[in-house]
Amino acid sequence: MSDVQQTPPTEEQTPPTAQEQQRGRWRQAIREITLGGPLIGLIAVVLAMLVGSILIAATDPKVAAAAGYFFSRPGDTFAAIWESISGAYTAFFRGAIYNFNRPDFASGIKPLTETLTFATPLIAAGLGVGLTFRAGLFNIGGRGQMLLGAAIGGWIGFAAPLPIVLHPIVVVIVGMAAGAFWAGIAGVLKAYTGAHEVIVTIMLNYVGYYLVFWMLSTKGLLQAPGSNNPKSPPMAETAVFPPLLGDQYNLHAGFLISIAAVVVVWWILERSSLGFSFRAVGLNPRAARTAGIDTKRVTIIAMCMSGALLGLAGVQQVLGTVTTGFSAGIDAGIGFDAITVALLGRSRPWGILAAAILFGAFKAGGYSMQAAEGIQIDIVTVVQALIVLFLAAPPLIRAMFRLPDPSAPRRKAKAVKA
Amino acid sequence: MSATVLAPTLDRATTVSWKAPIAFTLFTLVSALLFIGFSSDGYAEFRFSPSNDPWQIPPLVVAGRPVGIAGVVILAVITVVSIWLSSTKRRTPIWLASIYIAVLLIAFLAWAASAAQTSVIPLAGLLAGSLSLAVPLIYGSLAGVIGERVGVVNIAIEGQLLFGAFSSAIVASLTGSVWAGLIAAAIAGVLVGMTLAVFSITYFVDQIIIGVVLNVLIVGLTSFLYSELLTPNAAALNTPPRFDVWPIPGLAEIPLIGPMLFRQTPIVYLAYIAVFLVWWGLFRTRWGLRLRSVGEHPTAADTVGINVGRTRFWNVSLAGGIAGIGGSFFTLGSVGAFGQEMTAGAGYIALAAVIFGKWHPVKAALAALLFGFTTNLQNTLSIIGSPVPSQFMLMLPYVVTILAVAGFVGVSRGPAAAGQPYIK
Repeated sequence: MSDVQQTPPTEEQTPPTAQEQQRGRWRQAIREITLGGPLIGLIAVVLAMLVGSILIAATDPKVAAAAGYFFSRPGDTFAAIWESISGAYTAFFRGAIYNFNRPDFASGIKPLTETLTFATPLIAAGLGVGLTFRAGLFNIGGRGQMLLGAAIGGWIGFAAPLPIVLHPIVVVIVGMAAGAFWAGIAGVLKAYTGAHEVIVTIMLNYVGYYLVFWMLSTKGLLQAPGSNNPKSPPMAETAVFPPLLGDQYNLHAGFLISIAAVVVVWWILERSSLGFSFRAVGLNPRAARTAGIDTKRVTIIAMCMSGALLGLAGVQQVLGTVTTGFSAGIDAGIGFDAITVALLGRSRPWGILAAAILFGAFKAGGYSMQAAEGIQIDIVTVVQALIVLFLAAPPLIRAMFRLPDPSAPRRKAKAVKA
Repeated sequence: MSATVLAPTLDRATTVSWKAPIAFTLFTLVSALLFIGFSSDGYAEFRFSPSNDPWQIPPLVVAGRPVGIAGVVILAVITVVSIWLSSTKRRTPIWLASIYIAVLLIAFLAWAASAAQTSVIPLAGLLAGSLSLAVPLIYGSLAGVIGERVGVVNIAIEGQLLFGAFSSAIVASLTGSVWAGLIAAAIAGVLVGMTLAVFSITYFVDQIIIGVVLNVLIVGLTSFLYSELLTPNAAALNTPPRFDVWPIPGLAEIPLIGPMLFRQTPIVYLAYIAVFLVWWGLFRTRWGLRLRSVGEHPTAADTVGINVGRTRFWNVSLAGGIAGIGGSFFTLGSVGAFGQEMTAGAGYIALAAVIFGKWHPVKAALAALLFGFTTNLQNTLSIIGSPVPSQFMLMLPYVVTILAVAGFVGVSRGPAAAGQPYIK
């Protein structure tokens, strides 16, 4: 959130002594943990899950029935609430991490691989959105870019006769190029006309959706032959991502591409001069321009790279998740989930990886809760949005838990000086 | 696209814009291709009066090809005039552009209907349907205009519409009163607006991020509660009464526009009043002056003693309430029950209308009407079996908005401080 939050810089007057420096560093570390970093994230996740639990309990008909005679037997209500929430979390655990109802480890661990499968496109998409955050841009167009990547890549995937290893590679490259092109429109318009990228990418989402829908319902383009449904034919055997852990698991090679993407994006952002100019433009575009960085070029490149990563997420959907032919809903809301993933991961590649796996677990567990306990999968969306809402306002969490304020003057250090 | 040319004497500067001629040339070429290249021998029938109207205007039947050719000729003439105007450093007047658009539309309708299976364009139904699709967009765009004018980008219009629709359905079902539902919708919208205001104004969180997250949250929350509560208890919670149609005596009898504008539900009349009130309030009252000054230059507003944070907070909440009322149109005005994600992106089209309407309440409402018209035109064309793929018609509002923000259609400049937090 450091890109979003504005924190006044702390002032340093006189050079501190070695002892003070030591203490200052220690204080800094405590501060980083309590406010910027993991603790706020953890509190946000816990709070959001707490609200989710309240929602689950409040909408459970059994709880409502027991609450009807609350004053004669209050214990029943609490028992019903406990049953409702514990049932939900047990189902969640069985769906997202380990299913202890299965006889052996090999089938018991399947939920964890499902979590990673759901996380695969979230990682790529989250990296794409996070990259634009670092460059001071905001790409809400994940849906459109994923759809274009999935559609154009998917077309190569079912129509092109290519050999076994080459085929998925070509699909990935073409899909990434399609996503980059779609995001590049917003980048070029931003750079040369000043059109706000948020508005343009929102509008491109809809243009992309209708464009892909039209291609899917037109014979000779993407529509499966002999069908009138807006759906493509299944992917060619040669193009589909091979399973990573054998046929009994759904986890596919796309996961490795996502991990590779994390490393590459990390390297670009933190170690390359291109990434330096991204961050410079993101922190202060005027200073960056004064320092000789071509901000227009950076804007266009950042949007294109972001779109390429979202196009990759689209390809992972068609070659990994749904290989039996795709419809216009192939993006599955990942373009929007990616925003929350990037925010939770604080736009850092490794943070995004962790956040995407957490959200993958939410999805896998959410489906299991829906199947076992009849709790609608939409609860996952609520919890995800709440996490970001809590996370977005560290002052709110700080006020709730009486944590120290990072921007407040360091009272002790001043006292020592005086 | 535009260049400033200095006269040799340096005493006056003229700005020449080539945007209009370029756009005209492009559209003329496309229409020539479509209306002449792909024309058919069919006829197009325009029906002006609904079949139950007491005064019937006889339908107009025209042949598709001659109308198309005549249309292209007129378009070409206007294009040439526009090029001549630009080359002599003059602007293309707005009335010429209006004639161009009208001719283009008539020729397009004649062409699309003559090539269709049923070549009847029911104009009355087309216009009335456009209005009812546009009503939530009008409310939403007013909310967007107020928000951006006061300096807060309101991406959460979608969430405000959806939460308004949801709350009005429940409250109207429980109380049996449409007016209670309307008030509940306004309160729901205000709550979303206040959340946006608290996070963006008090905690300085990026307004766009909060807007997007609020939309996601409300989609999730309403979908969850819809499946968990509303579907099992549909009779008690999701059967709201609907607003009755109140024809305005006299005005409702005007042919063609009477039924469209004045044979509507109170919620539609409320939209007319809201557009007028917001326009009057923004440009004719102290409230509006303060609001706009906070959105254009918060530091200056603060200097003269206007409380920036408070002004923003209450106006963003007010905007939320207006959008919430717009949401109740889905449940109490048109459909009659809440459905999952029933706003279907209307909030984002409303946002587009705000930009296309240049942050002006009346122009934004007209843009909302235009977007409602294109959506309904697509419905009509797909019913009569026209050759135009419906997806391209549905794309139109979004493409037009991209062109507008990129500066190809008019100059679009929003309030200077919109989207920026004010930190003292």
